Amino acid sequence: MTDTDTADASTSAPAQIPLVDYLVLDDGEPHLVAHECTSCGARFFDHRNGCASCFATEFTIVPVANEGTLRTFTIVAFAAPGIPVPFVAGVVDCDGTSVRANVVNTEPDPEHITVGMPVHLTTFPIGDDANGTAAIGFGYEPTGAVTP
Amino acid sequence: MSASDEIWILGINMTKFGKHTDRDAVDLAAEATANALADGGVTMADIGVLAAGNLMNASAGIGQQLQKQVGQTGIPVYNVANACATGATALRTAIMAVKSGEAEVGLAVGVEKLSGAGLLGGGGTPRSEKDKWEPSGRFGAVTGTDGRIGTNTMPGVFAQIGMEYGHRYGGASFELFAKISEKNHAHSTLNPLAAYQKQFTLEEIMGDLMISYPNTRPMCSANCDGAAAAVVTTGAKLKTLSGEQQRRAVKVAASVLTTDPWEEACQVLPNVNTLTRNAATTAYEQAGVGPEDLDLVELHDCFATAELVHYDNLMLCPEGGAVDFFESGAPWRDGSTPVNVSGGLQSKGHPISATGIANIWEVCHHLRGEAGDRQIEGARVGLAHVIGLGSACGVHVLERSAA
Repeated sequence: MTDTDTADASTSAPAQIPLVDYLVLDDGEPHLVAHECTSCGARFFDHRNGCASCFATEFTIVPVANEGTLRTFTIVAFAAPGIPVPFVAGVVDCDGTSVRANVVNTEPDPEHITVGMPVHLTTFPIGDDANGTAAIGFGYEPTGAVTP
Repeated sequence: MSASDEIWILGINMTKFGKHTDRDAVDLAAEATANALADGGVTMADIGVLAAGNLMNASAGIGQQLQKQVGQTGIPVYNVANACATGATALRTAIMAVKSGEAEVGLAVGVEKLSGAGLLGGGGTPRSEKDKWEPSGRFGAVTGTDGRIGTNTMPGVFAQIGMEYGHRYGGASFELFAKISEKNHAHSTLNPLAAYQKQFTLEEIMGDLMISYPNTRPMCSANCDGAAAAVVTTGAKLKTLSGEQQRRAVKVAASVLTTDPWEEACQVLPNVNTLTRNAATTAYEQAGVGPEDLDLVELHDCFATAELVHYDNLMLCPEGGAVDFFESGAPWRDGSTPVNVSGGLQSKGHPISATGIANIWEVCHHLRGEAGDRQIEGARVGLAHVIGLGSACGVHVLERSAA
C-alpha cells in the first residue's frame, strides 16, 4: 500500500461501520449474512476451515432472513462491568437460521416478551469513533410493536 | 497387566465445600487425596497414574503440585481441563489408563478455589472509547459484543436453555424453575458438606435478587472452594484386597464422555441436550440398566433452568415430559427418582473441577449405605452427570458391591 492509498483511506472513512462483519449495511436493506456450506447447507456466522456438520470446505455467503420468531430469551439483570442492564438476550429463528441477538424496542420484562413471538431485524447507532464514523449494531424488535 | 473390563472405585472423598480462606488449591487437593487414599486402603506407592484438574489455574500443573505435597513417585500425570466437566474428565482419564492395563490403580483429583469469583462468563473486550473503530476477531467486531449481541454470562446462557425447553414443550414457568431450586435447597439441609444448608421458601426464591430471568440468585450455582478425589482399580486387583475393601468398593458400571455433535443453532446457543442424551444412552447400554433402575441421580444443576432439561436428556421422563416429571414429585428425595439429594450445585456448591468427582462421591456414599441422615435407603444403582459448556458431558453409572 502506498502513502497515497493510506491518505485516501483516511479521508474517505465510511460514515458508518457494522458492529460485526456479518451485518451488511451497504447492500439494500440492512441484513445479516452467513457462510453457508455448499455441500450440506449448514450456516456459520464466522468462517469455517471445514464444515462442522459434513467436513466439506466450500462455502458461499448467503443473506439471512430479516423476519423471525423468538426461540428463547433471558432478561439479563447482572452483567460484566460497563454493560448496561437490564437487556433482553435471545435466539431468533430466522426462517431456519438461528441468530443470537438482543431483543430491543420493548420493555425488558416477561410481560412484554414471550417465546414464539414474531420479531424482525432493526439496526441502530452505538457510538462514533474519533473520525465521526458511527458503529451500527443490530437487534430484533417485536413485529407490530410501536417503535418508541 | 492386560486390559480390564471391570473398574471399581476403591476410595473416594470430597472436602467440605465452602469458603476455605486458610487453604489454597493444593492444600484442598491434598486433603481430598489423602482421605481418598485412606478410604481405599492404599498409599501413593500404589498409584500408577494421576489425572488432575484445576480449571481456573489450568496451566499451573496441579497434578505435579499435588505430588509434591503428598508423594512424588514419578508416575505419569495428566493435567486436564474440560470446563465444568473437568473433574469427570480427570476420573475418566484415570479409568481409561487403568482399564487399558497401563496402570493397576489410578487417582483422579479435581479442585477449585472459587469463593467470591462472582459472575462467570461475561465481559470480553472493554467498551472504552476508541480512536477508530477497527474490526477484529473472528466476527470482525469493532467493540465488545457481550451485552450487545446476546449474553455470555452463565446464568443468562442457561436461562435461555431452560426457556427454550419451555418453548418446545410448554409448562416451564418462572415458578416451576423456582420450585426446582426449592427442592435442592431443602435437600441441602441434610448435607453437612454443602456450602449452604439453608432452606428457602418458594416466595423467598422468587423474590430474591434477579440475576438473569428466570434465574434468581438462589437458583444459580454457588461459587465456592472445594476438592474431591477418587482411587480406581480393576476387578482383578480388587479380588486381591481385603473383604472390607471389596465390600465398600463401588462398581463403575459405565463411564462416558461426549462432546456436542453439530446441529443447527448449536454454535449460537450451546446445545447441552444432545450430548447429554448421547452420553446417557451409551452409559445405560454399558451398564445394562435403564433410567427406571436408578435409585438416585446427581445431575448438573448449575442453574435451576438447567436441571429441568436434564430430566429429559437423561431420560428420567418421556421426551418432553420434564415438567410433569417434576410436578409429580419424582425428583424429591422421597420420590421415585431422587435427584440432587446432596443439594446440588445451587446449595452444595460448584467448585468447578471438584464437581465431577464430588457428585460421584455423593452417589457412592449412598451405595455404601454411609450417607447418614440423607441416606436413600437400599440404594443399589446411581448416576452422576456433569456438563462443561463448550461442550463436554460426563456420565457415570455406579453400582453397589455385591460382596
